[in-house]
Amino acid sequence: MATQYDVEAGDSVHPGDPVEVDRYTVGARINHWITAISLVLLALSGLSLFHPSLYFLTALFGGGELTRAIHPWIGVVLFFSFLGMFLRFWKANLWKREDGTWMAKIRDVLTGHEENLPELGKYNAGQKVVFWSMSILIVVLICTGVVIWERYFGNFFSLTQQRIAVLVHAAAAVIAICVWIVHVYAAIWVQGTFGAMTRGQVTGGWAWRHHRKWLRELVTTKRS
Amino acid sequence: MPVTHIIPNPQTQPPPKTVMSERNLVKRSASSEALAAEPLAPVAKLIDISKCIGCKACQVACLEWNDMHEKIGINEGVYDNPPDLTPNSFTVMRYTEWVNPETENLEWLIRKDGCMHCADPGCLKACPAPGAIVQYTNGIVDFVHENCIGCGYCVKGCPFNIPRISKVDNKAYKCTLCSDRVAVGQGPACQKACPTQAIVFGTKDDMKKHADGRIADLKSRGYQNAGLYDPPGVNGTHVMYVLQHADQPELYANLPRDPRISPLVEAWKGVSKYAGMAAIAAMAVAGALHYFVSGPNRVSREDEENAKRLAGSE
Repeated sequence: MATQYDVEAGDSVHPGDPVEVDRYTVGARINHWITAISLVLLALSGLSLFHPSLYFLTALFGGGELTRAIHPWIGVVLFFSFLGMFLRFWKANLWKREDGTWMAKIRDVLTGHEENLPELGKYNAGQKVVFWSMSILIVVLICTGVVIWERYFGNFFSLTQQRIAVLVHAAAAVIAICVWIVHVYAAIWVQGTFGAMTRGQVTGGWAWRHHRKWLRELVTTKRS
Repeated sequence: MPVTHIIPNPQTQPPPKTVMSERNLVKRSASSEALAAEPLAPVAKLIDISKCIGCKACQVACLEWNDMHEKIGINEGVYDNPPDLTPNSFTVMRYTEWVNPETENLEWLIRKDGCMHCADPGCLKACPAPGAIVQYTNGIVDFVHENCIGCGYCVKGCPFNIPRISKVDNKAYKCTLCSDRVAVGQGPACQKACPTQAIVFGTKDDMKKHADGRIADLKSRGYQNAGLYDPPGVNGTHVMYVLQHADQPELYANLPRDPRISPLVEAWKGVSKYAGMAAIAAMAVAGALHYFVSGPNRVSREDEENAKRLAGSE
């Protein structure tokens, strides 16, 4: 009955008081934080060139010219870093039947009535939406970003292509920042989550409350 | 035969004062502060294509005055040299050989390409760097290189495909309408060098009057469709052409028929800028409100006990 693909490499459960559950390996955490830092730097440098009232943010990067020069390179770092995360996490983010139920009961999710929700694997539908929308947005952003990367690709694309790209790039970036806000807010709201990406561990209670199916699967397959 | 407007030689004495300065800025890129601009009489450069002999003296004068150096290129089989505008060449002659189907005559249409100094400049609208592009009350649109960051947004904003980004210093370059010469009462270098007065410079009103004379002359010689190119889609330009065939501007190396700032650029610099900031702010506020209303989602003692039972810790 256990759906094996919810357990990722490195996940395991340690009985004790409290029960401790390994959720992210060191590699996954490093990968995550490189991506996170890149994304924040990209948002700051991108916003500074998006709206004149935020141009002052270019000071963080050493001025307008350096901001313009470094932004695309951070984008390249983000793309490959996110690609690494994608390869780690895509399988456990595949959509399942209980995800539809979870989405239908979004009111219970937001009001914290988890007793009314189905038991979930390693990720809930909200996390999966964040994962897949970021995956799509980052592909859109790197593709449109190359088209408007004046220094190296200024002569490769027509002006109409560049105009479409710059508009799509801005729109995708705004959506990505909104998704990022959801992601960060969820980690703040759902207490006990940060430890997963810092120490790599969550408590058994956290896993029981939010990802019970994953915990059950771990207990049956990876008891240590 | 109508009398052609005679253009006087520019004065050789220095003017009493600088006639164009920071005080005359009407627009500044990526800036919201209101500019109390002192008005100046709008100027214009009028390029009469019917009088151009294609000598490229204007190209030479432009390079010389601006102290730019074009590397020796290669012959691409056409007269155009360099084949396109570059960060050094702010102007190039574009040669079109066209057989007029009505007269069977071969017409050599030579258009001096370069910045049109739009009254509604797309480059300035697109520019994200405060004060990197400015517009003076006399109509001159100028790039301020110390503020330019080299992003190339002006290239996307321009309806005439004019600005070029230097690979040397990563700054955008284009015709300044010799703002430094105009500031001291002189006409642009290209105009001064033109041996046939195909290029003339003065107030926009005078240039329109001069164009009227030229157009009447052309019409009297069989060019029924002669006219002035001062496109209304960008609220007019401060570089204008007299065209023998004003009904077909595309003949002149694809001079756009109805140039205007692309709707894509308008959307990017208009609705997306405000909607985007609003969406981000709304998202952050929604998060804060949710936390305020529902409080944190905490793991209970009971959850931990359940986990212990499941994991077999007891």
